[in-house]
Amino acid sequence: MRFVGAVAALAIAASAVAGEIPRADRRSGYEFMGRETRAMQDDDTANPGMLWVLEGGTLWEKKTGAAGRACADCHGDPRASMKGVAARYPAFDAAIGRPISLEQRINRCRIDRQQAPALAYESRELLALTAFVARQSRGLPIDVTIDARTHPFLDAGRATFHRRQGQLNLACAQCHDDNWGRQLAGNVIPQAHPTGYPLYRLEWQSLGSLQRRLRNCLVGIRAEPYDYGANELVDLELYLLWRARGMTMDAPAVRP
Amino acid sequence: MASALINVPARAKRGEIIEIKTLISHVMETGFRRTQLGAVIPRDIIRRFVCTYNGTEVFRAELHPAIAANPFIVFSTVAVESGTLVFSWTGDHGFSATETAAISVD
Amino acid sequence: MERRTSRRDFLKTAGGIAAGLGLGAVITVEPARATPAEMAEAIRKVVGSARVTPGKVTLDLPPLIENGNAVPLTVTVESPMTEAQHVRAVHVFTEKNPQPNVVSFHLGPRAGRARVATRIRLADSQNVVAICELSDGSLWSDTAGIVVTLAACLEDGI
Repeated sequence: MRFVGAVAALAIAASAVAGEIPRADRRSGYEFMGRETRAMQDDDTANPGMLWVLEGGTLWEKKTGAAGRACADCHGDPRASMKGVAARYPAFDAAIGRPISLEQRINRCRIDRQQAPALAYESRELLALTAFVARQSRGLPIDVTIDARTHPFLDAGRATFHRRQGQLNLACAQCHDDNWGRQLAGNVIPQAHPTGYPLYRLEWQSLGSLQRRLRNCLVGIRAEPYDYGANELVDLELYLLWRARGMTMDAPAVRP
Repeated sequence: MASALINVPARAKRGEIIEIKTLISHVMETGFRRTQLGAVIPRDIIRRFVCTYNGTEVFRAELHPAIAANPFIVFSTVAVESGTLVFSWTGDHGFSATETAAISVD
Repeated sequence: MERRTSRRDFLKTAGGIAAGLGLGAVITVEPARATPAEMAEAIRKVVGSARVTPGKVTLDLPPLIENGNAVPLTVTVESPMTEAQHVRAVHVFTEKNPQPNVVSFHLGPRAGRARVATRIRLADSQNVVAICELSDGSLWSDTAGIVVTLAACLEDGI
């Protein structure tokens, strides 16, 4: 399995699409922000995203569902059990035969183990739990697994990233691979590495998921946004996390 | 069910000026936004924030809609004695939240 | 560097206060903006008609912010903060927000230091004014200008 993974990784490296940002030039969106916004992220006592992490910590301990179980009952100390988890997502779920996002993983646990209903996408509770889990991977390198099972989904995500869409007929790559660092409508175009999700977007005045941001991008190019949880969005997430492989996670980030 | 993050040093020297940071989750709906049908979304903000130190008010703020969502307020107070700092937020629609922090002053 | 067209102003307003409670269910119609005269009136209502002198107060605001929803602001006043000589209050106002009042902080000798910080919303590039009331009744002010930009890909289609 490891060997297959290594071969697949080599194949991917060899087939890196022209225009992909070279590793040495990869920079987090953090570096494209102003000093004050960065300061907001750096200080856990000032970072509004930490309010959701705090709430997630409370939910972690709360017994819920017909099974009357808390996350803590199976997973114990999150600092140990959840360390590195967010850095690996989206990850392949053998039960349904495709990668799933961290939010979907949390909901799977709720349904299967807690016998509780799934939490709605972008609901306060789901964001709080996701933020809490993602926080445990802060400082760790992004490390999604690309192997024979996940490769086709990575390819699908990559294809979406490079496909022209919407009334503006733009592909993600055109802004984020080809024109990062340039100004667009007053702000600098970042490279679009999702190192800090879920993050507090000043625009939203709230914490939100990567899928929410991707839907914003699609609306921005006047394309019909995929529904939350859609395969296209999860595949795109997988591609973006792979494209950012090795970069340091910094959830919950703050972004304009 | 508002979460709040308070940052107060646990201990201080008598007479030391300590910085206190407070962050509370609240939408701070301005009352200037409208739905797509044109209806005004009613104002819903925190209007007042008070900090007492062993019962004495040491800081107060009156907030208006221009305070950003999830209000963040930083202020200072002199560490006069050991005791309890109580932080309370009140606002529209009967909103009320309280947090406390203990401080030990040598 | 700031290119302002009417469409850009509209985008700034819609974006600056936008994004949905229902994720897309909210848009903003540009609300009436305050004018410098309205700000002056708001100031009078809060501090009275006594003369306000520029000085003693420092209003720290970034010269440019990427989003007007959460602008960090710090106000500092030089004052010994003793019983005899201290800052009673700090008030902040804006020129172009729909409503000129932002916040009033009430301090006193227990504060030890006259420095307060918060995050505010600014509907547009504009001037922000901080006024402090000293214990001797005198009023002092500082003004800072800020440019508010906006990201390209917002939540709501216009």
